[in-house]
Amino acid sequence: MKYADIVHRCFRCGYCKFTGDYTDFNCPAYRKFRFETYSPGGRMWLIRAWLKDEIQNSDRFQEILFSCATCANCVEHCVFTFSEDLVNIFMAAREEMVNSGMIPPPVRDYLKNITVNGNPYKLPAAERGKWVEGLGLEPYRGQEYLFYVGCVGSYDERAQKMARSVAGLLTKAGVSMGILGEKEACDGNEVRALGEAGLFEYLARQNIDQFKALQVKKIITLDPHAFNAFKNDYPDFGADVEVYHYTQILAPLMASGPLSLKSCEQKVTFHDPCYLGRHNKEYDAPRTILKAVPGLELVEMERYGENAFCCGGGGGNFFTDILGGGEDSPARLRVREALDTGAETLAVACPQCAKMLEDAVKSEELEERLRVRDISEIITACMA
Amino acid sequence: MTDIAQALARIVGDAYVSNRPEEAYFYARDPGLMPSHPPDYVVVPKSVEEIQDIVRLAHQEKIPIVPMGAGLALTGLVIPLKGGIVMDMKRMNRILEVNEKGRYAVVEGGTSQGLLRSHLEKHFPRLRHSIPDSPATATIAANVMIHGQGRLTQQYGFNSDMICGLEVVLASGEVCRIGSPALSSDWFSKGAPMPDLSGLFLGWFGATGIITKIGVKLYPRKKMRDVEIFITDRQDLVPDMVYELTHTEMVEDINVFAQPKPMIFKDNHHITLFFTGDTEEELEFKRKMIWHSLDRFIKAKDGGFMGVPPVMKPTLLDMPQRSVSRFADVKKGGGFEYSGPIIMVDKYPDCAQKILELAEKYDLGYSGMARIIGRSHAMMYGFAFTFNRADEEMMERTRKALHEVSEFALETGGVFWKATVDEQKMAMDKMDPTTLGLMKMIKANMDPRGIMNPGNWEVDE
Repeated sequence: MKYADIVHRCFRCGYCKFTGDYTDFNCPAYRKFRFETYSPGGRMWLIRAWLKDEIQNSDRFQEILFSCATCANCVEHCVFTFSEDLVNIFMAAREEMVNSGMIPPPVRDYLKNITVNGNPYKLPAAERGKWVEGLGLEPYRGQEYLFYVGCVGSYDERAQKMARSVAGLLTKAGVSMGILGEKEACDGNEVRALGEAGLFEYLARQNIDQFKALQVKKIITLDPHAFNAFKNDYPDFGADVEVYHYTQILAPLMASGPLSLKSCEQKVTFHDPCYLGRHNKEYDAPRTILKAVPGLELVEMERYGENAFCCGGGGGNFFTDILGGGEDSPARLRVREALDTGAETLAVACPQCAKMLEDAVKSEELEERLRVRDISEIITACMA
Repeated sequence: MTDIAQALARIVGDAYVSNRPEEAYFYARDPGLMPSHPPDYVVVPKSVEEIQDIVRLAHQEKIPIVPMGAGLALTGLVIPLKGGIVMDMKRMNRILEVNEKGRYAVVEGGTSQGLLRSHLEKHFPRLRHSIPDSPATATIAANVMIHGQGRLTQQYGFNSDMICGLEVVLASGEVCRIGSPALSSDWFSKGAPMPDLSGLFLGWFGATGIITKIGVKLYPRKKMRDVEIFITDRQDLVPDMVYELTHTEMVEDINVFAQPKPMIFKDNHHITLFFTGDTEEELEFKRKMIWHSLDRFIKAKDGGFMGVPPVMKPTLLDMPQRSVSRFADVKKGGGFEYSGPIIMVDKYPDCAQKILELAEKYDLGYSGMARIIGRSHAMMYGFAFTFNRADEEMMERTRKALHEVSEFALETGGVFWKATVDEQKMAMDKMDPTTLGLMKMIKANMDPRGIMNPGNWEVDE
């Protein structure tokens, strides 16, 4: 296994479980399951035991490994020099498990659906561009940017609304962009996170070939997960594109003036997506956008920025639901934390977070007190 | 699931009980060098009532039960030596009360040091507690259960001296309050002016009861904090230097460390002095008092203050010091263990010499660190060795070195801190027989079924 020479170096001191200021345990899997085995240190020690044949690959072991949300809180707070590799180690262990064929059924189904259908929803590619109907957005044919939506934005009903909102706002702001529509393929970020390295490479090369064929130079992504894959992993396979999350395009436009905003008094708190924040250190762009709205009061949750608590959807859990369910599911904990700020709006910048947190608001029966809105939806509602 | 597992599941819920190999593997060991032994069950309770029910079940079925905080003592104190139930306390981590004017907090038995620190910083910025340098996940209850030390130990003694009441589940399953909360809603004393019953639990490693609530004394938190380091190559003079420093009553905490790496540290002893103030004036006054207390050593050219580089200060002022954990990976091996006897400060030169001898004899990376307890009343001298967890031979050498430390500590008049099972036996062998008999009587009466962390503080016939 890759990184096998590192796993014995974990002291299991537990800094990885916390926020940097020790406000709370911040590993979503540990926070839900509460056995040490589900913490980053627990995984390190169990992976080592598994490699030494002291424990076997079991249902429980699979749950422990695949409940990791790859949120990188452990990477942020581990005190050792190998901290950067923690999530990579967990993904390497998953890769070994995938290669052995012993993985949780939802993971197997997800990977199979990507392989067979090109998306996790088992829907035809022809429906991939349906989200854009009526928007007038054109196929990519040399515009400045390619707007990449991803599987969730293309097929999930909640995320489609977000995709339409972002696309509409960028268009209003005068951003020149086109889409791939039914030709768009899965970015593979979750495929990689779930340990299917071969399939990820196939998807990456397929996408890169298409980008090159269409002479794509700049990409705007809806989803921070796709942003992460394109920005950090695709260069290994020859990608040569500039990649932006949509908030990074919108933020400078707020100051330059193409979007005219009215006063919009409301109290908003922002949930940092892990793949935008900790994985890519972009904490400012979303806040710059929100702060530009006249009358909008931005309040922070107790855990924000590098200490933000994951919604529980990362690392493939959005699709496999290994980490979801129950009162202590990360998403439900997170909306309760948002409620504590007194905000009436929980702002998000990721279609997966939007879905996870909106469902959690319903589970907590907080629909009357807290609404989940993508940043673009907030801005659109505040336009003069 | 077995009948016992099902019974436990009825108490805490299916999700919080395990008899799976994964939990059995993990909870069978701690990060130190003690032999592993798996539990039969791991439970993660949420309430005092659940703990009572679990203890009653264990009592009825005569199943061992081992309460566990973060499991960071390194000396195997939460390894279930006779199997049974490991009770992970960390779901019970609420801060129940902070009495600002009375300067105390009441927390649940699984509350971490980090959580209390964070809560006080955010909501009571003029208050602090004596935080140890164990990782922030270490729990407050487990720390006092082993008589841990912390940042305020030079001023106020062991962390267990700084508590003001306990709530304990006894081996019978009954809940018992110790100190002022036994008859008052206020938590201000663990015993006085009544008979102090806290000693029935503190230092017993859970062998007499499970702490479910704990009152922690809080102390003034000054606005500023700084650090100075006095360096000397005269290990024989360190006790005199510490005596002078403690006489000033100006120092928050005194640590003395000696280690071979980085090279600038080699062959020297570093007396690290933390001090605090609400104003620059107060801080500077204390700094001058501290400096002047060591004038005679400076004049004799036996040492001097080093200018602490600004880049080094955040590491030193960190609470807890994360750099302590980093010592585990010095050899890129993820392991360290230390024996930390409590011993008179005048034994510092002997300890410093001994760790050098052992490091050389067993070819080990080391760090010697003394934390002064009280006004030079004693010190904890940590004989710390780092090892590579993937190198069994190095681990064995480390075990041998630590065993020699144990023998040395006893010979030198020291008492084991958070003693391993072997050290407990050595201590009981040397102990005054009447004292031993008293311990035996206490254990027999408080845990007649022998279910509470068995193997620890067991008095053989």
